[in-house]
Amino acid sequence: MKDGDGMEVVTDRAELTNAVGLHARPSVKLTRLAKSFACSVEISLSAEGPWVDAKSPVKVMRVRAPRGSVLHVRASGAGAIAAAEAVMALVRDGFGEHEGGDHG
Amino acid sequence: MLANVGIVIVSHSPKIAEGAADMVRQMVGDSVKLAYAGGDPDGGLGTDVAAIIAAIESVWSEAGVAILVDLGGAETNSEMAVELLPEDRRGRVLVCNAPIVEGAVIAATEASGGSSLEAVRRTAEELSPQ
Repeated sequence: MKDGDGMEVVTDRAELTNAVGLHARPSVKLTRLAKSFACSVEISLSAEGPWVDAKSPVKVMRVRAPRGSVLHVRASGAGAIAAAEAVMALVRDGFGEHEGGDHG
Repeated sequence: MLANVGIVIVSHSPKIAEGAADMVRQMVGDSVKLAYAGGDPDGGLGTDVAAIIAAIESVWSEAGVAILVDLGGAETNSEMAVELLPEDRRGRVLVCNAPIVEGAVIAATEASGGSSLEAVRRTAEELSPQ
């Protein structure tokens, strides 16, 4: 990543394991989490992008990623590490929507 | 800290207004003040200016209020309700040009992050065809 000198840029990825993927309710959770960080937070279905602003509920909902997709996150700016970690934790936790015995 | 922008849902149908509000509550939670007005004073389909004013007042804060409406009369009656508010509040109540259900969820999501009234409207209106 070449995102400017001294700019903290963090990328990570995780598979969507909750039943509905990045549907309406998970999108809202992701957006609200992203908004709690001051740094830029973006998501994509590919390491090459296109990157979508994770703080925009409309754009996140349009990603329409089904279960099994790999969600990439890219955070840059102050607090980027914590932001990327938090987003990945939310995804790995299935957005809190894992039904019993569904962890895989 | 300033309160979050409040959301008002105005539908001709009390069931739609209530159902859309249920979706917002479930998807966004309780961090945004939310009210709805649906139906005419007799319980039929329609909208009621007095009920809209009451809904706006119930979620009012200095941060302002975003209104989501369905068909034409809901919009004109909402605009009339805004005009009947005290003068210092009129400028901080906006009717969003967005689909009522999706717009309410998206507006509440945006508002829950502490965004300004203008940002809440802009985000909800991203849903409408450009």
